[in-house]
Amino acid sequence: MDALGDPTRRLIFERLQGGARSVGEIAEGMAVSRPAVSQHLRVLKDARLVMDQPLGTRRLYSVDAKAIQAIRDWLDGFWDQALGAFKEAAEHEARERKRR
Amino acid sequence: MTGESRPAGFDPNSVRKVVPVQAPQQVAWQVFTEKMGGWWPLATYKIGRANAVDAVIEPRVGGRWYERGDDGSTCEWGHVLEWEPYSRLVLSWDISADWQPDPNLKTEIEVRFVAEGADRTRVELEHRRLDRFGARRDEMRRIFDTEGDWGRLLESFARRAEAA
Repeated sequence: MDALGDPTRRLIFERLQGGARSVGEIAEGMAVSRPAVSQHLRVLKDARLVMDQPLGTRRLYSVDAKAIQAIRDWLDGFWDQALGAFKEAAEHEARERKRR
Repeated sequence: MTGESRPAGFDPNSVRKVVPVQAPQQVAWQVFTEKMGGWWPLATYKIGRANAVDAVIEPRVGGRWYERGDDGSTCEWGHVLEWEPYSRLVLSWDISADWQPDPNLKTEIEVRFVAEGADRTRVELEHRRLDRFGARRDEMRRIFDTEGDWGRLLESFARRAEAA
Protein backbone atom coordinates (compact mmCIF):
# COMPACT_ATOMS: atom_id res chain seq x y z
CA MET A 1 0.00 0.00 0.00
CA ASP A 2 1.56 3.22 -1.14
CA ALA A 3 -0.47 6.09 0.23
CA LEU A 4 1.68 8.69 -1.51
CA GLY A 5 1.95 6.81 -4.79
CA ASP A 6 -1.08 8.64 -6.13
CA PRO A 7 -0.34 12.11 -7.54
CA THR A 8 -3.54 13.63 -6.16
CA ARG A 9 -2.80 12.32 -2.68
CA ARG A 10 0.72 13.63 -2.96
CA LEU A 11 -0.66 17.04 -3.86
CA ILE A 12 -3.08 16.94 -0.95
CA PHE A 13 -0.31 15.93 1.42
CA GLU A 14 1.87 18.75 0.13
CA ARG A 15 -0.96 21.26 0.63
CA LEU A 16 -1.25 20.15 4.21
CA GLN A 17 2.42 20.89 4.81
CA GLY A 18 1.37 24.52 4.99
CA GLY A 19 -0.97 23.92 7.92
CA ALA A 20 -4.33 22.43 8.87
CA ARG A 21 -7.12 22.77 6.32
CA SER A 22 -10.72 21.71 5.81
CA VAL A 23 -11.79 19.48 2.92
CA GLY A 24 -13.21 22.51 1.14
CA GLU A 25 -9.97 24.43 1.46
CA ILE A 26 -7.97 21.47 0.24
CA ALA A 27 -10.25 20.93 -2.75
CA GLU A 28 -10.12 24.59 -3.77
CA GLY A 29 -8.64 24.94 -7.24
CA MET A 30 -8.12 21.20 -7.61
CA ALA A 31 -9.43 19.24 -10.55
CA VAL A 32 -11.09 16.65 -8.32
CA SER A 33 -14.38 16.78 -6.44
CA ARG A 34 -14.73 17.23 -2.72
CA PRO A 35 -15.93 13.65 -2.20
CA ALA A 36 -12.85 12.45 -4.07
CA VAL A 37 -10.65 14.59 -1.83
CA SER A 38 -12.39 13.06 1.19
CA GLN A 39 -11.62 9.58 -0.14
CA HIS A 40 -7.96 10.46 -0.57
CA LEU A 41 -7.86 11.94 2.91
CA ARG A 42 -9.20 8.69 4.31
CA VAL A 43 -6.36 6.76 2.66
CA LEU A 44 -3.82 9.23 4.05
CA LYS A 45 -5.42 8.95 7.47
CA ASP A 46 -5.33 5.16 7.39
CA ALA A 47 -1.64 5.37 6.54
CA ARG A 48 -1.25 7.63 9.58
CA LEU A 49 0.22 10.38 7.46
CA VAL A 50 -2.64 12.74 8.13
CA MET A 51 -4.78 13.30 11.18
CA ASP A 52 -8.02 15.17 11.63
CA GLN A 53 -9.79 17.02 14.37
CA PRO A 54 -13.25 18.51 14.62
CA LEU A 55 -13.59 22.28 14.59
CA GLY A 56 -17.19 23.33 15.06
CA THR A 57 -19.12 21.72 12.23
CA ARG A 58 -16.02 21.11 10.14
CA ARG A 59 -13.07 18.77 10.31
CA LEU A 60 -9.57 20.08 9.98
CA TYR A 61 -6.91 17.90 8.41
CA SER A 62 -3.23 18.20 9.11
CA VAL A 63 0.01 16.27 8.67
CA ASP A 64 0.55 13.79 11.48
CA ALA A 65 3.63 15.30 13.04
CA LYS A 66 4.63 12.09 14.79
CA ALA A 67 5.29 10.42 11.46
CA ILE A 68 7.98 12.92 10.64
CA GLN A 69 9.24 13.40 14.17
CA ALA A 70 10.46 9.82 14.55
CA ILE A 71 12.44 10.09 11.32
CA ARG A 72 13.81 13.48 12.31
CA ASP A 73 14.96 12.17 15.67
CA TRP A 74 16.69 9.27 14.08
CA LEU A 75 18.37 11.33 11.35
CA ASP A 76 19.42 13.91 13.89
CA GLY A 77 21.45 11.29 15.72
CA PHE A 78 22.66 9.73 12.52
CA TRP A 79 24.07 12.98 11.11
CA ASP A 80 25.69 13.83 14.42
CA GLN A 81 27.59 10.58 14.22
CA ALA A 82 28.42 10.77 10.51
CA LEU A 83 29.48 14.42 10.59
CA GLY A 84 31.53 13.83 13.73
CA ALA A 85 33.45 11.16 11.85
CA PHE A 86 33.75 13.44 8.84
CA LYS A 87 35.13 16.29 10.95
CA GLU A 88 37.77 13.99 12.39
CA ALA A 89 38.77 12.72 8.93
CA ALA A 90 38.94 16.23 7.42
CA GLU A 91 41.02 17.59 10.28
CA HIS A 92 43.34 14.61 10.09
CA GLU A 93 43.74 15.16 6.35
CA ALA A 94 44.45 18.88 6.88
CA ARG A 95 47.17 18.09 9.43
CA GLU A 96 48.72 15.50 7.10
CA ARG A 97 48.86 17.93 4.19
CA LYS A 98 50.45 20.62 6.32
CA ARG A 99 53.15 18.23 7.39
CA ARG A 100 54.03 17.35 3.78
CA MET B 1 25.62 24.48 17.58
CA THR B 2 25.16 28.20 17.98
CA GLY B 3 22.00 30.23 17.92
CA GLU B 4 22.76 32.15 14.77
CA SER B 5 23.37 28.99 12.77
CA ARG B 6 19.72 28.07 13.22
CA PRO B 7 17.48 29.37 10.51
CA ALA B 8 14.63 31.56 11.65
CA GLY B 9 11.88 29.17 10.59
CA PHE B 10 11.67 25.69 12.01
CA ASP B 11 10.97 23.17 9.27
CA PRO B 12 9.63 19.91 10.67
CA ASN B 13 10.53 18.20 7.42
CA SER B 14 14.24 18.85 7.59
CA VAL B 15 17.21 18.21 9.83
CA ARG B 16 20.00 20.78 9.94
CA LYS B 17 23.53 20.41 11.25
CA VAL B 18 26.47 22.78 11.47
CA VAL B 19 29.98 21.48 12.08
CA PRO B 20 33.08 23.65 12.45
CA VAL B 21 36.02 21.91 10.82
CA GLN B 22 39.67 22.82 11.35
CA ALA B 23 40.58 22.35 7.69
CA PRO B 24 40.70 24.49 4.54
CA GLN B 25 37.52 24.58 2.47
CA GLN B 26 39.05 22.54 -0.33
CA VAL B 27 40.25 19.82 2.03
CA ALA B 28 36.86 19.61 3.71
CA TRP B 29 35.17 19.30 0.32
CA GLN B 30 37.60 16.63 -0.86
CA VAL B 31 37.34 14.53 2.26
CA PHE B 32 33.55 14.71 2.07
CA THR B 33 33.21 13.91 -1.61
CA GLU B 34 36.31 11.88 -2.52
CA LYS B 35 37.03 10.02 0.69
CA MET B 36 33.57 9.35 2.00
CA GLY B 37 34.40 5.66 2.43
CA GLY B 38 37.03 6.68 4.95
CA TRP B 39 34.63 8.24 7.43
CA TRP B 40 31.10 7.12 6.63
CA PRO B 41 30.08 4.57 9.31
CA LEU B 42 29.88 1.77 6.73
CA ALA B 43 29.79 -0.99 9.32
CA THR B 44 26.23 -0.09 10.21
CA TYR B 45 24.98 2.44 7.66
CA LYS B 46 24.79 0.49 4.42
CA ILE B 47 22.08 -1.31 2.52
CA GLY B 48 23.73 -4.06 0.46
CA ARG B 49 24.12 -7.65 1.61
CA ALA B 50 27.89 -7.63 1.15
CA ASN B 51 30.20 -5.88 3.62
CA ALA B 52 30.50 -2.32 2.37
CA VAL B 53 34.08 -1.20 1.78
CA ASP B 54 33.55 2.19 0.17
CA ALA B 55 31.05 4.99 -0.34
CA VAL B 56 31.40 6.79 -3.66
CA ILE B 57 30.06 10.05 -5.09
CA GLU B 58 30.60 10.43 -8.84
CA PRO B 59 31.85 14.02 -9.24
CA ARG B 60 29.28 15.54 -11.55
CA VAL B 61 25.61 16.51 -11.72
CA GLY B 62 23.69 13.28 -12.33
CA GLY B 63 26.53 11.22 -10.90
CA ARG B 64 25.66 8.24 -8.75
CA TRP B 65 26.08 8.02 -5.01
CA TYR B 66 26.59 4.43 -3.97
CA GLU B 67 28.23 1.93 -1.66
CA ARG B 68 30.62 -0.72 -2.91
CA GLY B 69 30.67 -4.15 -1.28
CA ASP B 70 33.68 -6.38 -0.70
CA ASP B 71 32.33 -8.68 -3.42
CA GLY B 72 32.44 -5.87 -5.97
CA SER B 73 28.69 -5.27 -5.92
CA THR B 74 27.32 -1.74 -5.75
CA CYS B 75 24.18 -0.40 -4.14
CA GLU B 76 22.86 2.98 -5.12
CA TRP B 77 21.92 5.50 -2.44
CA GLY B 78 21.08 8.46 -4.62
CA HIS B 79 22.40 10.96 -7.13
CA VAL B 80 24.24 14.24 -7.38
CA LEU B 81 21.70 17.03 -7.96
CA GLU B 82 24.10 19.96 -7.68
CA TRP B 83 27.86 19.97 -7.80
CA GLU B 84 29.69 23.21 -7.01
CA PRO B 85 33.25 22.52 -5.85
CA TYR B 86 34.36 23.47 -3.21
CA SER B 87 31.36 25.17 -1.73
CA ARG B 88 28.06 23.37 -2.30
CA LEU B 89 26.74 19.90 -2.94
CA VAL B 90 23.19 18.59 -3.18
CA LEU B 91 22.55 14.86 -3.13
CA SER B 92 19.31 12.96 -3.44
CA TRP B 93 18.62 10.01 -1.21
CA ASP B 94 16.52 7.71 -3.38
CA ILE B 95 16.09 4.61 -1.31
CA SER B 96 12.51 3.42 -1.16
CA ALA B 97 10.85 1.40 1.56
CA ASP B 98 11.92 -1.85 -0.04
CA TRP B 99 15.45 -0.55 -0.48
CA GLN B 100 15.24 -0.18 -4.21
CA PRO B 101 16.05 2.97 -6.13
CA ASP B 102 12.84 5.01 -6.32
CA PRO B 103 13.03 8.32 -8.16
CA ASN B 104 9.70 9.38 -6.66
CA LEU B 105 10.88 9.12 -3.10
CA LYS B 106 13.85 11.41 -2.96
CA THR B 107 14.85 13.25 0.10
CA GLU B 108 17.56 15.87 -0.40
CA ILE B 109 20.82 16.43 1.38
CA GLU B 110 22.45 19.81 0.85
CA VAL B 111 25.96 20.36 2.13
CA ARG B 112 27.57 23.78 2.17
CA PHE B 113 31.26 24.38 2.83
CA VAL B 114 31.75 27.93 4.07
CA ALA B 115 35.37 29.09 4.36
CA GLU B 116 36.08 30.86 7.64
CA GLY B 117 39.69 31.82 7.10
CA ALA B 118 42.44 29.77 5.47
CA ASP B 119 42.26 26.82 7.83
CA ARG B 120 38.67 26.75 8.97
CA THR B 121 35.48 25.68 7.29
CA ARG B 122 31.94 25.72 8.54
CA VAL B 123 30.11 22.72 7.14
CA GLU B 124 26.35 23.06 7.05
CA LEU B 125 24.19 20.08 6.24
CA GLU B 126 20.49 20.01 5.64
CA HIS B 127 18.57 16.77 5.07
CA ARG B 128 15.18 17.90 3.80
CA ARG B 129 11.90 16.75 2.30
CA LEU B 130 11.64 14.21 5.06
CA ASP B 131 7.90 14.11 4.56
CA ARG B 132 8.70 11.78 1.68
CA PHE B 133 10.92 9.57 3.79
CA GLY B 134 8.58 9.53 6.73
CA ALA B 135 5.63 8.77 4.53
CA ARG B 136 6.60 5.14 4.39
CA ARG B 137 7.82 4.66 7.87
CA ASP B 138 5.49 1.77 8.61
CA GLU B 139 6.59 -0.19 5.58
CA MET B 140 10.16 0.64 6.45
CA ARG B 141 9.75 -0.50 9.98
CA ARG B 142 8.61 -3.92 8.87
CA ILE B 143 11.59 -4.28 6.60
CA PHE B 144 14.01 -3.04 9.20
CA ASP B 145 12.67 -5.58 11.62
CA THR B 146 13.69 -8.43 9.36
CA GLU B 147 16.94 -7.29 7.77
CA GLY B 148 20.43 -6.88 9.10
CA ASP B 149 22.68 -3.83 9.23
CA TRP B 150 20.34 -0.95 8.43
CA GLY B 151 17.85 -3.15 10.22
CA ARG B 152 19.80 -2.97 13.44
CA LEU B 153 20.20 0.73 13.00
CA LEU B 154 16.55 1.16 12.31
CA GLU B 155 15.55 -1.03 15.20
CA SER B 156 16.38 1.87 17.38
CA PHE B 157 14.44 4.12 15.04
CA ALA B 158 11.49 1.78 15.19
CA ARG B 159 11.55 1.79 18.96
CA ARG B 160 11.43 5.55 18.94
CA ALA B 161 8.68 5.53 16.38
CA GLU B 162 6.67 3.23 18.58
CA ALA B 163 7.32 5.33 21.63
CA ALA B 164 6.29 8.48 19.79
